[in-house]
Amino acid sequence: MTAWLIKGAVIAGPGGHGVTDLLLADGTITAIGAGLSDAGAQVLDAAGLIALPGLVDLHTHLREPGREDAETVETGTRAAALGGFTAVHAMANTEPVADTAGVVEQVWRLGRAAGHCDVQPVGAVTVGLAGTRLAELGTMADSAARVRVFSDDGRCVADPLLMRRALEYVKAFDGVIAQHAQDPRLTEDAQLNEGEISGRLGLAGWPAVAEEAIIARDCLLAAHVGSALHVCHVSTGGSAEIIRWAKSKGWPVTAEVTPHHLLLTDELAVGYDPVFKVNPPLRTAADVAELRRALADGTIDCVATDHAPHPVEAKETEWSEAAFGMTGLETALRVVQEAMVDTGLLDWPGVADRMSLRPARIGRLAGHGAPLAEGGPANLTLYDPAAPAEAVSPVGASKSRNTPFAGMPLPGRVVATFLHGTPTVLDGKLA
Amino acid sequence: MKRHLISAADLSRGDALLILDTAEELASLADRPIKKLPTLRGRTVVNLFFEDSTRTRISFEAAAKRLSADVINFSAKGSSVAKGESLKDTALTLEAMGADAVVIRHSASGAAHRLAGWVRGSVVNAGDGTHEHPTQALLDAFTIRRKLRAASGRGAGLDGIRVTIVGDVLHSRVARSNVLLLSTLGAEVTLAAPPTLLPLAVDTWPCAVSYGLDTELPKSDVVMMLRVQQERMTAAYFPSVREYSRRYGLDAARMARLPDHAIVLHPGPMNRGVEIAAEVADSARSMIVEQVANGVTTRMAVLYLLLGGTEFPEVVS
Repeated sequence: MTAWLIKGAVIAGPGGHGVTDLLLADGTITAIGAGLSDAGAQVLDAAGLIALPGLVDLHTHLREPGREDAETVETGTRAAALGGFTAVHAMANTEPVADTAGVVEQVWRLGRAAGHCDVQPVGAVTVGLAGTRLAELGTMADSAARVRVFSDDGRCVADPLLMRRALEYVKAFDGVIAQHAQDPRLTEDAQLNEGEISGRLGLAGWPAVAEEAIIARDCLLAAHVGSALHVCHVSTGGSAEIIRWAKSKGWPVTAEVTPHHLLLTDELAVGYDPVFKVNPPLRTAADVAELRRALADGTIDCVATDHAPHPVEAKETEWSEAAFGMTGLETALRVVQEAMVDTGLLDWPGVADRMSLRPARIGRLAGHGAPLAEGGPANLTLYDPAAPAEAVSPVGASKSRNTPFAGMPLPGRVVATFLHGTPTVLDGKLA
Repeated sequence: MKRHLISAADLSRGDALLILDTAEELASLADRPIKKLPTLRGRTVVNLFFEDSTRTRISFEAAAKRLSADVINFSAKGSSVAKGESLKDTALTLEAMGADAVVIRHSASGAAHRLAGWVRGSVVNAGDGTHEHPTQALLDAFTIRRKLRAASGRGAGLDGIRVTIVGDVLHSRVARSNVLLLSTLGAEVTLAAPPTLLPLAVDTWPCAVSYGLDTELPKSDVVMMLRVQQERMTAAYFPSVREYSRRYGLDAARMARLPDHAIVLHPGPMNRGVEIAAEVADSARSMIVEQVANGVTTRMAVLYLLLGGTEFPEVVS
């Protein structure tokens, strides 16, 4: 295994090292310090670059098995590596649904074979995501995939009794239920954030209360049974407020926000282009401001992409016919720089915390999300925050092109990604 | 004027008045033995109807034919659309056939907007989901002006005319287009509806809102009754059809509270006995038949102006 010597990076993390070198060998960071040398190592000049612990995504749709026309584990993990990720959590809403040990092990093996990043499967909470019967959560936990995060994402576990039981049951193996908070009755046929824009456009409204009511209920349930709740893709200021309150009580609640909810608003729907159709929907500028504040103060623990690839025909249609979802792996870090760092809300150690440390901890993911330190795993991302803003290309490594950021200038550039000491990305390209 | 007519918001006051004035010119044609003008000869107008709407389709068809355009009626039923063809592919097909204008009716909000991105010809929105129906608003404005501003003639707006729109505003494309157009023309619009049938952010619209109808009637010059769709009747928007009718239906007793000059509009088709009583629909105040006739004239004006027809001023003068 080739050793790598990274020269002159700035480590984003607690303590801070100033400009330093990092030596990677055998999957481990073997040395950190100024003026390192190793005759046998490949040298990477990292002057001006920030070294972040490899990014971890808690919320990725890789679509395989079943929708290989939209994405495969291979293409999705390439996109992840290019975005600076070294681990992704693959959501369960595949076809068949990842609700058995067989399917989660299949996804886990596909991830190992692809090798562009680690793939940690998420198991479904209920059989077939149907919301009526618990899936075999313990069997998935005991499988080779060692599932710890369970989610019916795309659908809400709406039945309060079933949600309570799921939360309770996963305590046996330190699991966490990641809830897609959406009251189904309040959002029947919902298309867009309910507000001025939905009223003007004549699109059925998706009210904030449909998310907030479920989050409030689930926080109370998590407190009642003393089990871990993770709230997926928080999209409203009200949701952030409820989570802040739950955390103030010391309840075991964590939450994520997507890059698109940190940057985009429902105003973008005025052209009826379904590339802006997503679930939960884009909200208002006031919500965006509150979500940024909540991510900055730690109320929202992490950024998760909800990368949701769809083929062209699923989006080149009438708004109400179109699929919900946006891709996001390749642009996540640049969006976070734009929305959080360049606005002064979060520093780079903060980014490391929200995009690597905390998501790895929530996902119970070993070998990821550790601060860059001697003896630690050699999973890291080298990022150039000074790269001039460049318009996002609609075509990337993902098989799908439904990025809402296409044509939008975003700062920064992922220069290199290292997974277990081996580069998956060098000079911004797949290694 | 813009190349497409998708939203009433696309029309400035000047645009709207130009359409109404043009329609006024064209109305004189209706009294002639030969009702046809050669102005759009050789141009093709496609009526692309994904939703059944005989009255709107034949209105556009009559309008295009009276201007001598070639008319192709494309109904989604029994066509390739029923076999799963996408709106985009349908658009490309029409484009290849050389449509100068496409009149589209569709159940999805924004369909006309999407179509406009895929064809070169002008797109006229003939109703898209619960979004807009701008030619309905134009024919309503035309009807109101003829009846209540007859003396002012060309160039007159609807300044100071008080219009009350009653019923299911939330799902009504007619209401959306009328609020925008009538306010552009200077009318004072009030929406009267149960709170469940008003959009959440209706306070951002250029109109007033009332939860009751009775208070609004004595101060209305125009009352526009909206149709109550069958599917709303069972979805908890109101307790029962009877109660809706009692609170928001226009019956003879309520009609009697209107000022003497006030008129009643309904975009059709009516639910007699639900939002409007038969005595009202058939009364002298009812403009429902005039609305249909004015629909043809107004749509002629829209097609003429969008397609830049020729020879029109000479023929009419």
